[in-house]
Amino acid sequence: MYGRTLAVLAVLAVAACPWRIASAEKARPEAVGPQTNQPGEPNEPNEPAPARKGRSGLTGYVAAEGRLFFHDPLYAGQEDNNGSLAAQPEYYYQWNNGALFTFTPFARVDSVDSERTHWDIRELYYHYAQDWWSVRFGMARVFWGATEFVHLVDVINQTDLVEHIDGEDKLGQPMLQFSSSVDWGSLDIFILPYFRERTFPGREGRLRPELEIDTDHAIYENRDKERAKDLAIRYSRTFGDLDLGTYLFIGTNRDPLLVPADYLDPNDTADPRLIPFYERVTQLGLDATWASGNWLWKLETVYRKGYLDPYVAATGGLEYTFYGFAGGKSDVGLVAEYVYDERGDDPEMTSIFDDDLFLGLRLSPNDLAGTQVLMGFMQDLGDPENAVSVEASRRFGDHWRLSLDLWLFLDAPENNVIYYIRDDDFVRLELAYHF
Amino acid sequence: MKRTLIAATVAAIVGPVLCAGQTPEEKGLAIVREADRRFKGYGDAISRLRMILRNKQGQVSERELRIRVMETPDDGDRSLSIFDSPADVKGAVLLTHAHRSEPDDQWLYLPALERVKRIAAQNKSGSFMGSEFSYEDIATQAIEKYSYQWLRDETCQGQDCHVIERRPLDKQNSGYTRQIIWLDKEHLRTLQIEYYDRKDSLLKTLTFQDYRLYLDRFWRPHDMNMVNHQTGKSSQLVWFDYAFRTGLTENDFNQHNLTRIR
Repeated sequence: MYGRTLAVLAVLAVAACPWRIASAEKARPEAVGPQTNQPGEPNEPNEPAPARKGRSGLTGYVAAEGRLFFHDPLYAGQEDNNGSLAAQPEYYYQWNNGALFTFTPFARVDSVDSERTHWDIRELYYHYAQDWWSVRFGMARVFWGATEFVHLVDVINQTDLVEHIDGEDKLGQPMLQFSSSVDWGSLDIFILPYFRERTFPGREGRLRPELEIDTDHAIYENRDKERAKDLAIRYSRTFGDLDLGTYLFIGTNRDPLLVPADYLDPNDTADPRLIPFYERVTQLGLDATWASGNWLWKLETVYRKGYLDPYVAATGGLEYTFYGFAGGKSDVGLVAEYVYDERGDDPEMTSIFDDDLFLGLRLSPNDLAGTQVLMGFMQDLGDPENAVSVEASRRFGDHWRLSLDLWLFLDAPENNVIYYIRDDDFVRLELAYHF
Repeated sequence: MKRTLIAATVAAIVGPVLCAGQTPEEKGLAIVREADRRFKGYGDAISRLRMILRNKQGQVSERELRIRVMETPDDGDRSLSIFDSPADVKGAVLLTHAHRSEPDDQWLYLPALERVKRIAAQNKSGSFMGSEFSYEDIATQAIEKYSYQWLRDETCQGQDCHVIERRPLDKQNSGYTRQIIWLDKEHLRTLQIEYYDRKDSLLKTLTFQDYRLYLDRFWRPHDMNMVNHQTGKSSQLVWFDYAFRTGLTENDFNQHNLTRIR
């Protein structure tokens, strides 16, 4: 029965789901209050408990967003402000044996930037789990890493950069994943059969370099292009207070080099523009988090060997949390992180952070509205380059959440990436309905 | 000779419990040990939890969670709290590996980023989901982390009760100087706890009601109400859909597997 389930394709799972929802709903007792428990009635060890039966759900959000830029655009074609609508529903079905099917599409419609009007399948996978091993196939999102500001080791998914400049949004990645968890740690093997190109703001969009990025004509080192297969193997383990992970990745670099079109082809007569170039890389990564009292110590480091010279980059730092700050219910967290990149600052934008310090302040009043505030400050220690961000959000009622982000690019000398977006200071307001 | 030895051994074991000459500290510890012994042995349990938060003006806000908990042979409990509402935190999972003498290990899974984040868990005085319960109040209380003193016998909720004071040994990371606990003499179930803040003034009172018996052995409260005397706010926990010995394993409480919980 399990073997057959394993053989069923995700497509079939979709087809089977409507029927399964109906039967699961029928089997589940209605809005169970405390009185439904029979006092003293024992549950037999082998009798399946109510919550272990298959269950399904539809969750997610729809959101309206507006971005207001404080300065006039620098580059031809750019518009001032933009508004957009986005939706990300998730449907899931979890079988009573722990197997999971989930489908999470995403779409955004933007008033200004045609590149930002885009859609994606964030997740569409089937995950079959036995006690100590599991298999997952489909589109999925995998996060690796420890630090808060820069994510160096997180390599499986491509960044959906047109979504947000913080790079936290990721595109769904097609994968076949085998995992095992035993006493001596967890081992994950990923086969990634298809590559996703990074998204960038289009000609009308803000927060882009002067030259437009031509995402329609990306070039690859490997002749199989996006069909070249990637492989990743990760081992992770917890030793008491210490979480440790290490991996090997062989595949197409998620970070493209942006090359001027006339550099690639001197006879190119079209408008000057940048072409993303995706090299093949071999990458080793390590991430660690150590908890000690109210302190968290974090480290991420990668070694990458590809088309250009091999290099090492690392980021690390600490986080301290004051719980019940000043005798009240608030938690206050302080974050300090440093980023090093052997390549240094580079006008070709291979690296953004080379010798930079990040400071963060996190406020959680633990109120009914679930208010959260995160303030960040970035300072390049080699150049007078710095930026400020504030992200604040709170809930209204049970379903609405209002977010306010502020990004200020303060000082930006030439030949720094921030120089290109020096006049793109903005405030972003988002109202999301969660269901 | 042999008989004397057996008698001495029996006296040594039973003595501390029965002996009228024991100190208040010994008596307090003995009662709490016995209550702990009766609580344990359930294997694993799952349940649902509705959290009702009320402020001074009577405004009400609700949260829903699913709880999974499992005993381990030589260490503290493993537990999972799965958030079902409010909608913007739906799908978040809190994993705790409790330890008897060391600080607990804790991870939070955030579905929006698919990220499993370790939390600094030594300090447990922070609020749990904005409620009047701190992490300390909802965590399983390892006996080893407190000192005890029997205070008096008293009637509470119409039953004969032991009244015991406990003080956290790790004073730095607790929000309280002491707690006073009422346990009914018949079943050693906790009926009430008073929490005294760092200035030693009464901060909160937690009342346990609607105890029900599972597997003919395990009493569990289904209604816990925490009143904060200093702010006038209160938080009520209503437990339902309890099931025991559902076959949870160590891998259900592995941080590596949090991403597949729905």
